[in-house]
Amino acid sequence: MNRLSWFNVTSLTLGFAFLYLPMVILVIYSFNESKLVTVWAGFSTKWYGELLQNEAFLDAAWVTIKVAVLSSTFATVLGTMAAYVLVRGGRFLGRTLFSGMIYAPLVMPEVITGLSLLLLFIGIGLDRGVLTIVLAHTTFSMCYVSVVVSSRLMTFDRSLEEAALDLGCSSFDAFRLVTLPIIAPAVISGWLLAFTLSLDDLVIASFTAGPSATTLPIKIFSAVRLGVSPEINALSTIMIGIVTVGVISASLISKRNSLRQQRDEQAAARTA
Amino acid sequence: MQRFALIAIPYAWLLALFLIPFVIVFKISLSDIALAIPPYTPTLSDGVGPFFSALDFENFAFLASDDLYWKAYVSSLRIAAISTILTLLVGYPIAYAMARAPEEWRPTLMMLVILPFWTSFLIRVYAWMGILSQEGFLNQFLLWTGLIDAPLTILNTTTAVYIGIVYTYVPFMILPIFAALDRLDGSLIEAAEDLGCSRLQAFWLVTIPLSKNGIIAGSFLVFIPALGEFVIPSLLGGSGTLMIGKVLWEEFFNNRDWPVASAVAVILLLILIIPIVLFQRNQQRQAEEEA
Repeated sequence: MNRLSWFNVTSLTLGFAFLYLPMVILVIYSFNESKLVTVWAGFSTKWYGELLQNEAFLDAAWVTIKVAVLSSTFATVLGTMAAYVLVRGGRFLGRTLFSGMIYAPLVMPEVITGLSLLLLFIGIGLDRGVLTIVLAHTTFSMCYVSVVVSSRLMTFDRSLEEAALDLGCSSFDAFRLVTLPIIAPAVISGWLLAFTLSLDDLVIASFTAGPSATTLPIKIFSAVRLGVSPEINALSTIMIGIVTVGVISASLISKRNSLRQQRDEQAAARTA
Repeated sequence: MQRFALIAIPYAWLLALFLIPFVIVFKISLSDIALAIPPYTPTLSDGVGPFFSALDFENFAFLASDDLYWKAYVSSLRIAAISTILTLLVGYPIAYAMARAPEEWRPTLMMLVILPFWTSFLIRVYAWMGILSQEGFLNQFLLWTGLIDAPLTILNTTTAVYIGIVYTYVPFMILPIFAALDRLDGSLIEAAEDLGCSRLQAFWLVTIPLSKNGIIAGSFLVFIPALGEFVIPSLLGGSGTLMIGKVLWEEFFNNRDWPVASAVAVILLLILIIPIVLFQRNQQRQAEEEA
């Protein structure tokens, strides 16, 4: 199928232009001298300077990072446990309900998740703040982690675990020494996914955040409701930059690792 | 013991923070609004007997009697359906071209499709505000080319909402279709062409049916989240764009009517159950076909 017709080339070009042009325009206008976002008045980095002086944004960024680190770490632990239960747990009472609760949050509208968690927090009298956002984010991201990890668990050779158990490992040691190193890439991508989901979330955070803790998306949302502003463009550019560098380096690292693994396997095959 | 803890911890977490909150939403949807903290009645402190006898379906009757809510549900369904079709029309040619691209390009093309997904959703929607506004990039460009004489009003209309949904969800459409097309055996198309099909016929009779699973999966992945979408209609849509996610938000934050907001959520959930169950079935059947 390696014949790209002019039609294919056009769809790729237009498709990727559609995906990337809006962000490119956003980045370009973040360097605009003028306050009017749509009129180009020369190159300037002054909006970045103003951004760094804006304490409200800096505070919100700090809260957001704290929430993301905590919630993605909890979500990774809980999600990996849940994946292990789903794939290796066998039968137990309420298994259907359990797997339902893992998959349902993936398709649940955020407004409903947010509303229901808020009503819970108010019902039990928990003050809204960093803690409540962390609890909310952990709950929906653990489901994403569990999906990523369980797909890895399903494809790996179970006899490796059984061999470790036969050779005298306790089941916890077998998990720690055999299973975990094998599923580690999936666990790491689960963590990264949970981290970005948390950084990105506006709706659930709006419901579960109190006046004491505002996250960056909440701040951005209330600012952009009033219209386009060059400061938000600058902030967006920084965020796009971080993500791009992160994703590209992660994919290069995983490529290098898989090449190294291939080499090791070949070397092992030669010595055997 | 270890096994018990392993199952019990995530189980208890999900029960406490996923299932119980829904029970609470359901309960509050049966309550009445009150000038109190929390702003609804009854609460369990009223005693168990009076608590249950005070619950009723009043809020649902109110939703049914008020035109606004009906229109919001219908309009959400319509917007989600139309944008799913538009996303398919935009996504399919891209997925198709990716599957025909040389093998060594494909991982890079895949990464280019996934990369926007890692970027903030809010920022991707915001980017369109600057493009679609009256003095925005698109209008400036169209005026410059001379295609139009006066700027078009796109921002704050339903058209802008369609553009926003297609833009943010198209990766969800491309990836499953690409996965289906990537597995497709090219010799089948050659066979069809050898047997006298034109290229278009071969595409229509062989390629499309064989990528059906990808199309269905992608459509659900767009339709389901689009139905409850809040950010896109509130930033790109105008007052004329009714979407239920936005109505729920406003009912809760602006009108502070928690019982009605909860009733809106319950109905939205009931509407969503149908596509979610269909999607699950489709995924299961697909998994069985592959096994």
